[in-house]
Amino acid sequence: MKNVMNQKDQSLAIEAADLVKRFGKHRAVDGINLAIPQGTVYGFLGPNGAGKTTTMKMLATLLKPDGGTAKIFGHDLFKEQDAVRACVSLTGQFASVDEDLSGTENLMLIARLMGYTRRDSKERAAELLDAFDLQDAAKRQVKKYSGGMRRRLDIAASMVVRPKLLFLDEPTTGLDPRSRNQIWDIVRALVSTGTTVLLTTQYLDEADQLADRIAVIDHGKIIAEGTSSELKASVGTGILHVRLIDAAARAEAQQLLSTTLGTSVHLSSDPLALSAQLSDTDNAAKALTMLSDHQIRVSEFSLGQPSLDEVFLTLTGKPAEDSPQKEGASK
Amino acid sequence: MNSEQQMNKMRAALVDHKRPPHPNGFATSLAFTWRALLKIKYVPEQLLDVTFFPVMFTLMFTYLFGGALAGSTTDYLQFLIPGILVQTVVFTTVYTGVSLNEDISKGTFDRFRSMPIWGPSPLVGALLADTVRYTLASIIVIILGLILGFRPAGSVLGVVAGIMLVLIFSFSLSWVFTMLGLILQTTKAVMGISMTLLFPVTFASNIFVDPATMPGWLRAFVNINPVSILTTSLRQLMGGQVNGMQIIWVLVVSAVLILIFAPVTMYLYRNKR
Repeated sequence: MKNVMNQKDQSLAIEAADLVKRFGKHRAVDGINLAIPQGTVYGFLGPNGAGKTTTMKMLATLLKPDGGTAKIFGHDLFKEQDAVRACVSLTGQFASVDEDLSGTENLMLIARLMGYTRRDSKERAAELLDAFDLQDAAKRQVKKYSGGMRRRLDIAASMVVRPKLLFLDEPTTGLDPRSRNQIWDIVRALVSTGTTVLLTTQYLDEADQLADRIAVIDHGKIIAEGTSSELKASVGTGILHVRLIDAAARAEAQQLLSTTLGTSVHLSSDPLALSAQLSDTDNAAKALTMLSDHQIRVSEFSLGQPSLDEVFLTLTGKPAEDSPQKEGASK
Repeated sequence: MNSEQQMNKMRAALVDHKRPPHPNGFATSLAFTWRALLKIKYVPEQLLDVTFFPVMFTLMFTYLFGGALAGSTTDYLQFLIPGILVQTVVFTTVYTGVSLNEDISKGTFDRFRSMPIWGPSPLVGALLADTVRYTLASIIVIILGLILGFRPAGSVLGVVAGIMLVLIFSFSLSWVFTMLGLILQTTKAVMGISMTLLFPVTFASNIFVDPATMPGWLRAFVNINPVSILTTSLRQLMGGQVNGMQIIWVLVVSAVLILIFAPVTMYLYRNKR
């Protein structure tokens, strides 16, 4: 029995049981269990203040948990901090690179801290800058970088010595679509070389693109866990988004749609918009006909993936809200 | 980055490299010293406090009060220069706390704290780099003093030994401000509280005047004030005397400062959210 347990441990990058972190009375992380296999991408999906970053910081040895146990590649988070630190790397929500230094200098610093000689660290920095398409900005101070460049440098800094486990805290928040795609490509390349990635995100889309499995986190608890298709299936096959031309017709439209579709219709904060979950996508066509029969004019009518908000609405019965408590009181 | 070529380049850069052996704490501290010195290269204004401040204070005290206090400015200089050196360097230690506070608020330290390196090395490295600043400040004060007419009776060795003593004391005192840098929320608060602490400690000392004319209670404080003890040692060393007991007292105070404030600072640093 014990042997079986050990084998199981070895195939897991992260194994956590009942992790708890309190900030005063507020339970930022309230009993999180994880079993993340090596070589996979695992996504934490949730709104600000849900406890994603706090959990990540605990697993990266930056915060001491108030309860629970965790092992990183079989190393105890409490007793073997150095061993844990030797296999993880952290890329923070606020770029954890030094703004005052150049790209080369940032990477050289990390390389020297990892034991490279001065000459080797320079070489490694140049190699990574080239690989991350930053060679032209090598000598520029990071404060003059764009958001996407900064994030790439941040990830490059984590890769000076390739970690077995990379923590990526909201890697694409605030980036333009092109930079976001670049980061996604980078994450895929990392995984293809064998690194396990734990990422947090507020975008279902991003978790969908990158993560093998997703944990939906709210108020410090995992409220749903599974592959992205499992999660979506639990939310419904699709979401119908309707946008009207005249806001006055919304009540009537809601009435019509809910009878036609046989589900409840959600009113968005946008006074012109409504959305509904579809169990059967064929009903969408009927709904459109019904609206036009009643002279309700529509500017947008689309079937789409549920958004994080809709996942939350289904899972918790209320929309995703930013918790008033700032996550991890990140200072 | 979109091309297949770029992806291949990245994979090549990421495949397992042989990992160099873990560096020792001294090497990692020096890497952080290097980082801090690079910052001076980019933000030379950082050196204003160790250049203008001592020049201004020396000139002000020499010419405003020198005549009244010691009969002539030249006489006063012999008394003042070792003291103003102490004051300048002691005030410079505040910036250690301020820059640490700034650094931490930016998140850079999260990465360092999650790396397999000797825990205190980011702080020790920063303090070592500050020692470079203190040395610079000391040299400026001595040179300015020599230009104005300071003529130390001791040898060059005495002057150098005096500066060394100031550096040791300041390195130790810096831990108080690194602690404040970790406790307080903003750099302004660090600056404000540190200055509030330092003003009485440096002015209620024998830096500017002989405590003989002070009321008894104040004289008692001035005489046990570590800054006074340091200043006296410095005057003696630069004046060509070696008073072993005084020097030992400075070293004892330095050791006590480190023994109390370094562990507290490290505790706060490790447990910073």
